[in-house]
Amino acid sequence: MRIPLSWLREFAQVPAEASAEDVMAELVKVGFEEEAVHRPTDTLRGPIVVGQVLSIVKEPQTNGKTINWCQVRVVPEGREQTLTGEGIDPSGVQGIICGAHNFVEGDKVVVTLPGAVLPGDFHISARKTYGHLSAGMIASVRELGIGEDHDGILVLSRIGLDPELGTDAMELLGLYDQAAEINVTPDRGYAFSIRGAAREYAHATGTVFTDPVSKVQVPQSLSGGYGVKLNDDAPIYGKPGCDRFVARTVRGVDATRPTPLWMTSRLRLAGIRSISLPVDISNYVMLELGQPNHCYDLDKLAGDIVVRRATAGEKITTLDDKERTLDVEDLLITDESGPIGIAGVMGGAHTEVSDTTTNVLVEAAHFDEVSIARARRRHKLPSEASKRFERGVDWQVADVAAQRVVDLLVELAGGTADEAGTDVGTAPDAVTIELPAEYAAARIGIDFTEEQILSSLEDLGAVVARTGNGYTVTAPSWRQDLETQDDLTEEIARLIGYDKIPATLPVAPPGRGLTRVQQQRRRLIQALADAGLTEVLAYPFVSKSANDTFGVPAEGAERKALKLANPISEEHGFLRTSVLPGLIEVAKRNHSRGFRDLALFEAGLVFLPGEKLGTSAIPPLGVKPGDDVLDALYDGVPDQPLHLGAVLTGHDSPAAPGHAPRAWDWADAVDIARIAGDVLGVELLVTQGRHQAFHPGRAAQLELRTGEVVGFAGELHPKLLAAHDMPARSVALELNADALFEAAADVIVARHISTYPVATQDVALVVAQDVPAGEVLAALREGAGELLEDVALFDVYAGKGIEAGKKSLAFSLRFRADDRTLTADEASEAREGAVAAAHERFGAVQR
Amino acid sequence: MTETLPDAAVPNPLDEAAITAAVDQAVAAIAAAATLDELKAVRLAHTGEKSALSLANREIGALPKDQKAAAGKLMGASRGRVNKALADRTVALEAENDARILVEETVDVTAAPRRRTAGARHPLSTLQDRVADIFVGMGWEIAEGPEVESEWFNFDALNFKPDHPARDMQDTFFVEPPEAHLLMRTHTSPVQVRSMLERELPIYVLCPGKVFRTDELDATHTPVFHQFEGLAIDKNLSMADLRGTLEHFARQMFGAEAQIRLRPNYFPFTEPSAELDIWHPGAKGGPSWIEWGGCGMVNANVLRAAGIDPDIYSGFAFGMGIERTLMFRNEVGDMRDMIEGDVRFSEHFGMEI
Repeated sequence: MRIPLSWLREFAQVPAEASAEDVMAELVKVGFEEEAVHRPTDTLRGPIVVGQVLSIVKEPQTNGKTINWCQVRVVPEGREQTLTGEGIDPSGVQGIICGAHNFVEGDKVVVTLPGAVLPGDFHISARKTYGHLSAGMIASVRELGIGEDHDGILVLSRIGLDPELGTDAMELLGLYDQAAEINVTPDRGYAFSIRGAAREYAHATGTVFTDPVSKVQVPQSLSGGYGVKLNDDAPIYGKPGCDRFVARTVRGVDATRPTPLWMTSRLRLAGIRSISLPVDISNYVMLELGQPNHCYDLDKLAGDIVVRRATAGEKITTLDDKERTLDVEDLLITDESGPIGIAGVMGGAHTEVSDTTTNVLVEAAHFDEVSIARARRRHKLPSEASKRFERGVDWQVADVAAQRVVDLLVELAGGTADEAGTDVGTAPDAVTIELPAEYAAARIGIDFTEEQILSSLEDLGAVVARTGNGYTVTAPSWRQDLETQDDLTEEIARLIGYDKIPATLPVAPPGRGLTRVQQQRRRLIQALADAGLTEVLAYPFVSKSANDTFGVPAEGAERKALKLANPISEEHGFLRTSVLPGLIEVAKRNHSRGFRDLALFEAGLVFLPGEKLGTSAIPPLGVKPGDDVLDALYDGVPDQPLHLGAVLTGHDSPAAPGHAPRAWDWADAVDIARIAGDVLGVELLVTQGRHQAFHPGRAAQLELRTGEVVGFAGELHPKLLAAHDMPARSVALELNADALFEAAADVIVARHISTYPVATQDVALVVAQDVPAGEVLAALREGAGELLEDVALFDVYAGKGIEAGKKSLAFSLRFRADDRTLTADEASEAREGAVAAAHERFGAVQR
Repeated sequence: MTETLPDAAVPNPLDEAAITAAVDQAVAAIAAAATLDELKAVRLAHTGEKSALSLANREIGALPKDQKAAAGKLMGASRGRVNKALADRTVALEAENDARILVEETVDVTAAPRRRTAGARHPLSTLQDRVADIFVGMGWEIAEGPEVESEWFNFDALNFKPDHPARDMQDTFFVEPPEAHLLMRTHTSPVQVRSMLERELPIYVLCPGKVFRTDELDATHTPVFHQFEGLAIDKNLSMADLRGTLEHFARQMFGAEAQIRLRPNYFPFTEPSAELDIWHPGAKGGPSWIEWGGCGMVNANVLRAAGIDPDIYSGFAFGMGIERTLMFRNEVGDMRDMIEGDVRFSEHFGMEI
């Protein structure tokens, strides 16, 4: 909402020297945010004066254009030029080159004299052009920043003006005014008006407020006017779409008269373009009183006006010349010809006022918020009118606004108002709230006095009656948002000032600290960072193909994923089922910025829809749903486990003297996955895996002891890397972190630490080439029995001395007993047991 | 230098002057030895089997019995002197040698390679932890919830009327199909609702997490960002308690001098509602109040939706953006720096915030 200061001053006492910034600073205190300052003089500087064209000499140019060499008088004849400055002629007549042709000798125009500055930092000076010294410019509205029209220069007689020469044109055009723009929260529809803003300004400053309503003389009652029927047979939430319709007629209007400058300049500062006198009046009254209203060309109306819901398939062409198909829920203004407006949203094209209109029907109605909000959304038609109706308009102001439009049409457009008028509808019940005496004090923590409570509520416009134990408060008609004790509490606190609220620190009951899962997650993320990886946070929006590739191991299988109804980009219209696509994007971005060695990780939620998806109904607000309903709500929310992913490319460290960096490879991916398991105390079993996103021979499947697959690690598929412009041999891993958290032991039971000597035995086993070392190691572990403390693979060899198709695996086994020093025989026996198990399972033979 | 003495005449072991001369000669040679190798040669020359002193010593056996004692005494003392000189010189030369080796092993430590690189946490992630730690320190607990939510938890339970413009203010990502009433949470408030439904009273929880709005990414907007919201439900809580909590938190976060300001505002889920500003002395363009978040007393309808009796319990809630906090606390000028994952951004922060 933009508030021109000159307008605000009509209804509130604003200090003469106050700027838009000062006004905003006051309004902030009562809950409006500062948005912007609109001040023509920020970009426009004089001298800009009224001049009269004395003579025009047309001079054709070689480029085919004709320019005018004009002599323009800028002080009244016989008087001296009092302005001084380079290029300002003491004679009071300026020679000016002008390219426009829409004026004749004798026209009064706006002259920007040398020294003036126009919007766009355009400095006016006397300069040689077309063989003359042109000392100034004859301005168009566009050059002055007050309109779009660039057909020619501004001829003052055409906007009904005949000012004295030399008059300050900035004053004349209202360019010294300024507007404060504030953000109005959705509960405060009344503040979308000068009336509301002035009241709030008075609240903020404690100065006197004059209600603009009080300046309008409204007849006691209206009757005998244009026929209007309110026929809503499908109210929403039981509220009729229209509960008041005021119609007035004004005849003999001259719609072609120019709108007075004081009005256009205020409209302009308020952000509304001047269109025609009747439309400008309509908008002016809407801004002043907050009541949207409409002017129909009375002679184009056919029969009574009926306010009703649309019928299926009905159509209307709106003011913007678009044909719109209506929904049966749309509330319409109709006459015998059909729809003539979507109520509270936009009028129809057929009945709009035009230059030839002489008789006007003025509508000021009150519509239901929900009805208007839905129509606006349905037709994507946010308008000044719908903005106000959606947030609530004062039911009581409709007849006042209609009268104000009528008065202005009479005064400015030369019309005559009919005595008869129409006012149909039923006033809603006034809202009364019982406010216990101590309620506000307890909620806010300030001991408000009775005087403070009474004066705050009465300043708002509420009617307050003292009761035994508190107050009965009747909210003013423009504050439909005031419904509860808490609403009143806020108003009292707001008017007394939030800065008066003291600070006390409540003490929470003893807590449990972070939960185990919260600690685990921190541990995991920190461990990856400590291991040298950099954490990133990618967007969860991915393409369908990314989900189908990374989210599911088997090629060609489709990944079930959530699709957004309104994504930022259609290409990334799905929610991720894997964190790898985002990591790869980030890796690519870094790569393109010249970073070749990257180790990135992310811990983030993935979205895995199951069978149930949401709920078809949503329970109402303000009531706790039943357990069944709550359970259904919980169940309908898809699984969203935390995934840990990492992508590594390039080398582990920068090259340096005496240091050869190592290229990240598949084993690093597996190793990092194992670190993730280690820090959580979860053993990850590594098996040869298959996943379409990974190299078919270099992918590890990661499993828990239970056999649950919790992730993959290895080299990314070469084709995939090429398709993503990623360096060859880049590696990645992804783990279901939630599964790891769950698998972690709650309490780790301490192991006995034996201090008896260790017995180490190495063994080399020959097995077939395709036998996984990890499985042989597992067999050794099982076969060795409980004396085995540890076993590790330390060499793999194939070639000379080993049969073709076989390989030799060298393991080191460490034996130790809890209660004695092992004899050589005992250790050897355990080793034999281990070898026997490997032999039995894989035909392993000792080398 | 290997000095070999010319074959001298064997001195008489009783000839004290000659023996002393031989000893002096040996001691001088020992002192002159500059390396352990030279010292070895000197030792051989002066104490070896063919050295003058050894040969003289051997002569003792041939002496008459009454002279043996005197000769033995002389020779013993003389050889003792030489051996001591040798031992001393050995220690000195060995020490010198050790020192020289260390000197020779000198490296240019300024050219040390980085073999391991420290990784980095994302500052939004560390800041989130830090905020959580402050509240955990106050006895609060951390509550979390899903990012794709039921519309009820995100809006209706929070007193957003179905057709109210406030719903439009939160540009929402909806999940298909519309009949499922699922969306990407626009704030972490649904976690507050879940907390109220699931926890015992009183409740003091902080809800950090990712939230989503349909804003295009630019210098000050991002469709995915992070919030932390606090919720306290207890008997007799007032706006003064809210202010006290926020002040305490602001001081933990920004130092003892931190100041906050509350301005009236509107949120469907709180009444009264306030905008929270923080005084930013280092703001570009001079000290000013910076919008930090929203807060207020929990709307009675929100309590009712969670089955809490508003006549017995009251509560307050607040919410701030983590990106926004990072932007003015750590002077991040452009939202995109936080989003794009450029390693320079995170690595600059390291592990701390």
